[in-house]
Amino acid sequence: MRRHLQWSIKQLTSSYADGQLSPRRVTEQALEDSVNLKTLNAFVRLTPEEARQQAQQSEQRYQKKQPSSGLDGVTIAIKDNFCTENVHTTCASRMLQDFVPPYDATVCSRLRQAGAVLLGKTNMDQFAMGAGTVDSIYGPTKNIWSEDLTQNNWRIAGGSSGGSASAVAAGLCFAGIGSDTGGSTRNPASYCGVVGLKPTYGLVSRHGLIPLVNSMDVPGILARSVSDCVEVLNAVAGPDGKDSTTIRQPFTKLQLPEVDGLDLQTVRIGIPKEYHCNGLSAEVLETWTKVADLLECAGASVQQVSLPNTAASIFVYSILNQCEVASNMARYDGIEFGHRAADERSTEQLYAQSRAEGFNDVVKTRILTGNFLLLRKNYDHYFEKALRVRRLIAEDFLKVFEAPSKEDRVDILLTPTTLTEAPLYKDFSSLSNRDQCAVQDFCTQPANMAGIPAVSIPIRLSRSGLPLSLQLMSRSLNEQLLLSVARWIEAQVAFDSLDHRLEQKLS
Amino acid sequence: MNYLIIRRLSTQPKLAQIPKRWKSVVGLEVHAQISSASKLFSGSGTHFGSALNTSVAYFDASIPGTLPVLNRKCVESGIKTALALGCQVNEVSMFDRKHYFYADLPNGYQITQQRAALANNGKMTFPVITPGKKVYYKSVQLLQLQLEQDSGKSLHDEQLKRSLVDLNRAGLPLMELVFAPDLETGEEAASLVKELMLILRRLQTCSCKMEEGALRVDANISIHQEGDPLGVRTEVKNIGSVRSISQAITFEIHRQLEAVAQGGVITNETRSWDAEHRRTVAMRDKEVLQDYRFMPEPNLPPLHLNLKPGSKSTEDLVSVAALSEEIPELPEDTRQRLMEQYQLNAETAIILVNEPILLDYFLKISKDLSDVPTKVTSNFLINDLLTYCNKSNLDIEDCSITDSDLKNIVKGLHSEQINLQAARQLIQLLHTNPTAKVNELIKQHSLEQICDLETIEALCQQAISNQPKAVLQYHKGKTKALFAIVGEVAKISGQKANMKSVVECLEKMLKAAKK
Repeated sequence: MRRHLQWSIKQLTSSYADGQLSPRRVTEQALEDSVNLKTLNAFVRLTPEEARQQAQQSEQRYQKKQPSSGLDGVTIAIKDNFCTENVHTTCASRMLQDFVPPYDATVCSRLRQAGAVLLGKTNMDQFAMGAGTVDSIYGPTKNIWSEDLTQNNWRIAGGSSGGSASAVAAGLCFAGIGSDTGGSTRNPASYCGVVGLKPTYGLVSRHGLIPLVNSMDVPGILARSVSDCVEVLNAVAGPDGKDSTTIRQPFTKLQLPEVDGLDLQTVRIGIPKEYHCNGLSAEVLETWTKVADLLECAGASVQQVSLPNTAASIFVYSILNQCEVASNMARYDGIEFGHRAADERSTEQLYAQSRAEGFNDVVKTRILTGNFLLLRKNYDHYFEKALRVRRLIAEDFLKVFEAPSKEDRVDILLTPTTLTEAPLYKDFSSLSNRDQCAVQDFCTQPANMAGIPAVSIPIRLSRSGLPLSLQLMSRSLNEQLLLSVARWIEAQVAFDSLDHRLEQKLS
Repeated sequence: MNYLIIRRLSTQPKLAQIPKRWKSVVGLEVHAQISSASKLFSGSGTHFGSALNTSVAYFDASIPGTLPVLNRKCVESGIKTALALGCQVNEVSMFDRKHYFYADLPNGYQITQQRAALANNGKMTFPVITPGKKVYYKSVQLLQLQLEQDSGKSLHDEQLKRSLVDLNRAGLPLMELVFAPDLETGEEAASLVKELMLILRRLQTCSCKMEEGALRVDANISIHQEGDPLGVRTEVKNIGSVRSISQAITFEIHRQLEAVAQGGVITNETRSWDAEHRRTVAMRDKEVLQDYRFMPEPNLPPLHLNLKPGSKSTEDLVSVAALSEEIPELPEDTRQRLMEQYQLNAETAIILVNEPILLDYFLKISKDLSDVPTKVTSNFLINDLLTYCNKSNLDIEDCSITDSDLKNIVKGLHSEQINLQAARQLIQLLHTNPTAKVNELIKQHSLEQICDLETIEALCQQAISNQPKAVLQYHKGKTKALFAIVGEVAKISGQKANMKSVVECLEKMLKAAKK
């Protein structure tokens, strides 16, 4: 285990500044470790040359005492659905297997500008449609906390940003970029024992993020601590002229108060009863109760609240997801880019064959369903209705965050992220994608429906030695308080993201 | 247009046998490309005729991860057009995706405005010009004005069995104008489009170059009997010129009437205009049963506009009131002004407004030569300049005569320095030699009118002796015979005699001779 991996990003960059460590050394080690840990299948592509070049430039900046930002020289992994200039971006799909974007996603260009070292692209479910990182043309990603990595007995990393979560958990990089449409950042964060942040919709630009559901997608951040998440968020957040849905007001960089500086007496925590749902494991419930007690003991007001439309959310999410998928996937016709079949007898034949070969069954099923739901005769009954219920779900949150009387109002909602510890691959893969998502996304997708920020933080290990995590949510643009409370909890529970004794398991 | 019913054998009760009249109903949908330096949702250029696939942003090629960014200039042009057409501009409008697969539609959908358009409920009133008939005014409702993106172009190589795609046009900004089916004839439709073109050109929101596809017209046509509900309509797509609009619609109405007369039925189909053979032909159309699976465009927030009177535009919000102040005088206002301020008749006003350059000349000359009756100027411009251009197959824009030359000619006409024949000759001379000066040309080609009475008397004397027959007829009371003698004077004077003086002089001389 490398000692510097225990450090926060702040400690890492100050060690760069005083010459104790160099970006080049850290990058070399990360590249080496990534190769050695191939068995996890976190990366689908490493970009060693680019990374070395960036590390060298970073080193020069430190030598001149002119680092670009608090992220200069920090190793970061990018999910393979963010466009990277001149680097393959595949969405883990045959359709884009040979796609080399001519431009950088805003998230990537801002990270580069901040001086970060981009190590490569990470594994995911095809087009981010999944919750396990099991549906990838590059094969599944394994959970580093698995009791057994070598046999067919390993645990899933969660998804769809399982590659980034896995890379962060394994210490291959200090942060990972994921995307979060229904929980795709928080879910693998929860299973892999790292912090996963889904910012407010519109706070971080989607330009260059290959869309799943445009109205819910947000770039997510995975890191080993809340403070590290903040460092990355500060580098990538803020309005972007290339994404009309970004919030136009300028972004003020977050500065979290010291852990002791947070006055919990003023913080009101809500426990939504609807999240106490079927399938919630006893261990997760216990963890949830424990942290609620912890907050209450420290002086926070903790009360039960109700979000009555929660149970409907997963169905509405499923409808809106499939409709947007059907639309977003229409561009993959093999004409301008992407997989093109050999059958050129007619344009229609070319489309049909290219799409049949390029997409997996999950993608195809969603396209077919989505197109069916969007038919003129079905639109009102499904899509329009789903939009109406979506508004109700968003109103549920507004009602608890902005209730007129102070007694009813809460600042933060505390819930599970996932219902259980990471499932075994063999159990998980026996379910259909539909059933997988219906369980996995239950607690996470409501935040996407409402566009509010949410963060998953690891709390403790289960009896099987697997991470158990909880989720915090707050009203739009309230990241400051959300992450302050998250960091307070983090400090109390002192979870060690790297305590997976990987070397032992591999030997 | 009304048609008498052609009845076939009837077994119906007597009451129904009262012949009804056939009515034709025409509605137009116009796609007008918005004049703008960049596309509707991307920064790439819009220049017509750029090398293939060179004006294509990543967004235009639907490169994954790219997002649309609405072009403010296009919104402003859309609003101006809507205001000029009397529309109600909507405070909030939205964008939708319309899905269909086509190789030149890279996204697999077109971004348009289906549920909440930029503007609705406009109205256009325009003169209808039918050759040989009196000009009348027609009103048509504009149901909707929406913003949308254009598609690319497919080029099919039949021999190599290959299709090639040019995306230069993909994403160009369009305004789609949907008119109510308030028209009856091809001429009305053509007149509507003419008026629309005049308005769009005045606003500079569309070049209206139909030959470049900057303005495209689809016509919906049906026939029914008076009192009955509307008949099944056919759609004639992509009509390429104003003349074709009139021809295509007239043809289609007759085709439908004939089909019904022969016992056939009209089917809802898309047809295209074959300009060469002057007929509409059914298109093999797979889109008839197409379900476009409309969906809100999630990447564009609703478009909000400031409708408050007296408001100003800000970086975030376009003010409709501020734009309304930028709207220039519209063609119909100009016509009214020409009739009231310049005492022109309706036909003259219409012609001048139809030819913006002619109108410009007219206004300049009338301003500079305030003592010249406006009719002299308008007659010269329309009867002589325009006629010359038409005869020489010349666009008035391409005629190289300057307005100051024209002013000098009108001045010469008014002062009787030259006559109409000389004026016509000057047009020709100036067009071929644009640097020449009017006065020098008059001297050089001795175009000065002969006004000297003695010379005119001599010329008249000569003509009388040249035309004894005409003189005899005139004396017998056939006053029209005078024209022959006048013509003779014109001929022997080399078209230079002052005709007014010649007529006076001849009448005097002939009367004297009779006595």
